[in-house]
Amino acid sequence: MLLIRCPYCEEERPELEFRNAGEAHIARSPNIASESDDDFEKFFFIRSNPKGIIYERWRHMHGCARFFNAVRDTVSDRFLMTYKAGEPKPVKLPGAAK
Amino acid sequence: MSATFRIAGAGRLKQAKIAGFSFDGRPYTGIEGDTLASALLANGVHLVGRSFKYHRPRGFLSAGAEEPNALVEIKRDAARKTPNVRATVQELYDGLTAQSQNRWPSLAFDVGAVSSIASPMLSAGFYYKTFMWPKAAWKNLYEPKIRAAAGLGVAPDQPDPDHYSARFAHCEVLVLGGGAAGIAAALAAAETGARVILADEQAEFGGSLRFESGAKIEGQDGFSWAQSALAKLSAMDNVRVLPRTTAFGYYAQNFVGLVERVSDHLQNPGRDLPRERLWQVRAKRVVLATGAIERHMVFADNDRPGIMLASAARTYLNHYGVAVGRNIGVYTANDSAYAAAIDLKKAGINVAAIVDLRDNPTGPAIDEARALGIQVNFGRAVIRAGGKLRVSSMTVQPKNGGGERSIPVDAILMSAGWTPSVHLFSQSRGKVAFNDETKRFVPGIYAQDCVSVGACNGTDGLSATIDEAYAAGAKAAKDAGSRPAKGTKPKVDAGESWSRGMLGAAPGAGADTTVKAFVDFQNDVTAKDIRQAVHEGMRSIEHVKRFTTNGMATDQGKTSNMHGLAIAAETLGKPIPQVGLTTFRAPYTPVTFGSIVGHARGPLFDPTRKTAIHPWAERQGAVFEDVGQWKRAWYFPKPGEDIHAAVDRECVTVRKTAGLFDASTLGKIEVVGPDAAKFMELLYTNPWEKLEPGRCRYGIMLREDGFIYDDGVVGRLAPDRFHVTTTTGGAPRVMNHMEDYLQTEFPHLNVWLTSITEQWAVIAVQGPKSRDIIAPLVEGIDMSDEALPHMSVREGRICGVPTRLFRMSFSGERGFEVNVPADYGEAVWEALWAEGQKHGACAYGTESMHVLRAEKGYIIVGQDTDGTVTPNDAGLDWAVGKKKTDFVGIRGMARPDLVAKGRKQLVGLKTRDPKVVLEEGAQIVADPKQAIPMKMIGHVTSSYWSQNCGRSIALGLVAGGRDRTGETLYVPMPNGVIEVEVTGMVFFDEKGERLNG
Ligand SMILES: [Zn+2]
Repeated sequence: MLLIRCPYCEEERPELEFRNAGEAHIARSPNIASESDDDFEKFFFIRSNPKGIIYERWRHMHGCARFFNAVRDTVSDRFLMTYKAGEPKPVKLPGAAK
Repeated sequence: MSATFRIAGAGRLKQAKIAGFSFDGRPYTGIEGDTLASALLANGVHLVGRSFKYHRPRGFLSAGAEEPNALVEIKRDAARKTPNVRATVQELYDGLTAQSQNRWPSLAFDVGAVSSIASPMLSAGFYYKTFMWPKAAWKNLYEPKIRAAAGLGVAPDQPDPDHYSARFAHCEVLVLGGGAAGIAAALAAAETGARVILADEQAEFGGSLRFESGAKIEGQDGFSWAQSALAKLSAMDNVRVLPRTTAFGYYAQNFVGLVERVSDHLQNPGRDLPRERLWQVRAKRVVLATGAIERHMVFADNDRPGIMLASAARTYLNHYGVAVGRNIGVYTANDSAYAAAIDLKKAGINVAAIVDLRDNPTGPAIDEARALGIQVNFGRAVIRAGGKLRVSSMTVQPKNGGGERSIPVDAILMSAGWTPSVHLFSQSRGKVAFNDETKRFVPGIYAQDCVSVGACNGTDGLSATIDEAYAAGAKAAKDAGSRPAKGTKPKVDAGESWSRGMLGAAPGAGADTTVKAFVDFQNDVTAKDIRQAVHEGMRSIEHVKRFTTNGMATDQGKTSNMHGLAIAAETLGKPIPQVGLTTFRAPYTPVTFGSIVGHARGPLFDPTRKTAIHPWAERQGAVFEDVGQWKRAWYFPKPGEDIHAAVDRECVTVRKTAGLFDASTLGKIEVVGPDAAKFMELLYTNPWEKLEPGRCRYGIMLREDGFIYDDGVVGRLAPDRFHVTTTTGGAPRVMNHMEDYLQTEFPHLNVWLTSITEQWAVIAVQGPKSRDIIAPLVEGIDMSDEALPHMSVREGRICGVPTRLFRMSFSGERGFEVNVPADYGEAVWEALWAEGQKHGACAYGTESMHVLRAEKGYIIVGQDTDGTVTPNDAGLDWAVGKKKTDFVGIRGMARPDLVAKGRKQLVGLKTRDPKVVLEEGAQIVADPKQAIPMKMIGHVTSSYWSQNCGRSIALGLVAGGRDRTGETLYVPMPNGVIEVEVTGMVFFDEKGERLNG
């Protein structure tokens, strides 16, 4: 069971309290109705599914109920950092190799 | 029967209390402190089981958790039968009842042993080869016969009457293993004040100090030191000591699962005691002090009862005071067996001979054995063991061939060396490394915050072990944030040390032989089987393991893995590390289902949700159905009525007078705030900005892909307040969906979402008399059609309590849904029921609710839709705001395939024979005469007998369905083809006049 730091509660809590909510930083277009088929495909269907660093959304379901973003290594399952929804994708990652 | 193998003056079971027990119906006595194994051995009993595949007689191999052979059933009463208990672990209590397994009719004479004769058929890979064909053999032979003959123990056939508890714990340092290493590490960590948990699988701490008679620490013998150190640790507030506790699983981020056996060793466990306790421990640092396990020698018939590990015989003698025989042979490739021979000899037991595979070993152990007059033979092998139900001889031969000599013995002690217990390290995702010099896998690359110390780390010798463990314990505490303390490292006065040994088959069981030299006792895997697997093309050890089942039994190959690997490597002509070690997986030793399940069983398995009106329905004799976690009244049968009669009556009564229905389980969400309408516009297909306060609208929610996600009636209570209803099952995910968009896509909107499902009880009153029933109880709401038209909502009071009164209908009749605070739900229901009685109203359940809505063609999301249905497919285009420029699903809905012709559309279906009721889920075809497989153009989603229509009615999804109106389609069923006509979706009151009727 993983430990996840909720950036709103500002503490590590067990995975049981959280729910994964898919890849992060995929913004819904404000003009979605006029998007091309290709753009909608990219937005709705295509995910990076990386081996290594993934930026993903989590929800502190059984805690503060907030959605937030996390950086996780899919190989080791280690969380490198978490940050609030709406904050930019971090450039520097703590403890990441290279 | 007297315990004739108990040696006076040996062992530690002092101030003994006698414990009577039985094995296979025969009474025996043992001593409190015994294991079942030591007590049986004290009585001279070695034969305790039959093997899994060949039903060969088996005795005790070990004195611990690695035991592959001595599995028994412990029976407390009819419901408390535990199969596959290791007799070497089970502590004795007065009255213990044990049975052998895997034998018929008796342990000494087992018919199943005939499979030994047919054993060529049961060689490696026999599962894959034998059970292929003919097909009929599965039914008649393989399943009933082989399954009965094989298998391990018998599962209990009654519910488990015991209870199991669970605890979470946090600590700075978790020490796993309570031998010399674990105790030293725990002492060092505890001295810093860190929170320490020390766990060991045995009843008493000490590990190998239980048998190492040569160990002296702090002026005491090793085992006594362990007990005083433990007393010191137990007295410290920051230390928790857990005996009889096995760490079975090491998970991510130092999360470790432990099972504490609380009462299996007690004669009469109190009912308040759990049987086992699951500990889920999160540790900042873990110290692995899991020791090493001795390996057996792989030679012909090495499984005869009486043949065991040297350290086991030593444990039985030095700890339990039991000699495992009177005339003992020793077969070794390592020094440690000498210590066993010496201890037994000193206790007055005859040691017939030590057979040592090594050519010219030297050292104090060898000198001492010789000095005691024990015959020592170097460069020789035991090539065969004689005897059947008990070993009677060992045949010795020079290891490179030559004359054979048979030595009569009643026990053989073996040692091929020691395997570090890297199981938990490997579970932590650490990578082991092979030490070519000592021929063992030791911890290499660590993946988690843990450290291995002592024998499990390949550290030899007591002094080096305590040095390493004490330093590691102190460092673990420091790394976990504790202040260093000035402690005192335990001083080792004397210790034992050995390493090396051999891996693989011994001479006489080599590639040129066909003997049964067992590698894995529990799964009956021989050296020959492993070679055969390689010859048949298995290259990786993972394949060899699966093909032969080596290491796949409940002991997970604790004694067999290294031998199996070495034989495979030799056959492949590759070095061991290139063949690779199999991955160790949790659990380390078998774990009961009970300990994992804990209290989550029976009524506590899953929460049960009941409405405020539930007790009333129960009193009325309602039959309930499960809807998610909810219990819902399904129908209310009168005496003599079955479900059909009850539902027919309920449906007719609702349309004739009125019915009361408990709709409390409907999901309810309050959407509040200055931007509430804007938010609703984005989450639902419908327009909301212009909906006047006091009015309601049927809303459809889509996912971004354009498919229907949920639906429900929404009332606008005020410009900034919406009372949203959802489907019963959809409430949590709809709330999550709304929160997700509010928090992440539309955070600029000033809106709050509150789940109010549990806050409001909902009583639906439907039917022509519904207003007459409600009106007398309502205050402050004008109930006239002009003031309260269909699809409107008012706040007021009913029976003196607040209400949100909806005028809405899910039956097609004039209808209301009375929302009252849940605490008043039952009282208001009772009052409405009393009014209803005056008009001949009935209570109806979910089945009638379904029939009534289907008569009107109202859909149920999740029944008539399946996640691939658009509003247009469902005939709900009217509910999509045509002028809207954005809502969730607006783009997905416009995808080419979703607007293409020929999509499945929801239509009505009338069977040609009105009495025939279609089966929900049945497939629909256009031409019933076509060849199988037929082209299926749709399926039935809802189907009922409608007493109000006097016929069956159904809804279905049919390709191009609306254009087929009037067409005849076909539903092929096992008993014939059913003709149906495609119709509109409304079967009753097509004009909708009854909403105001
Ligand atoms: Zn939180």
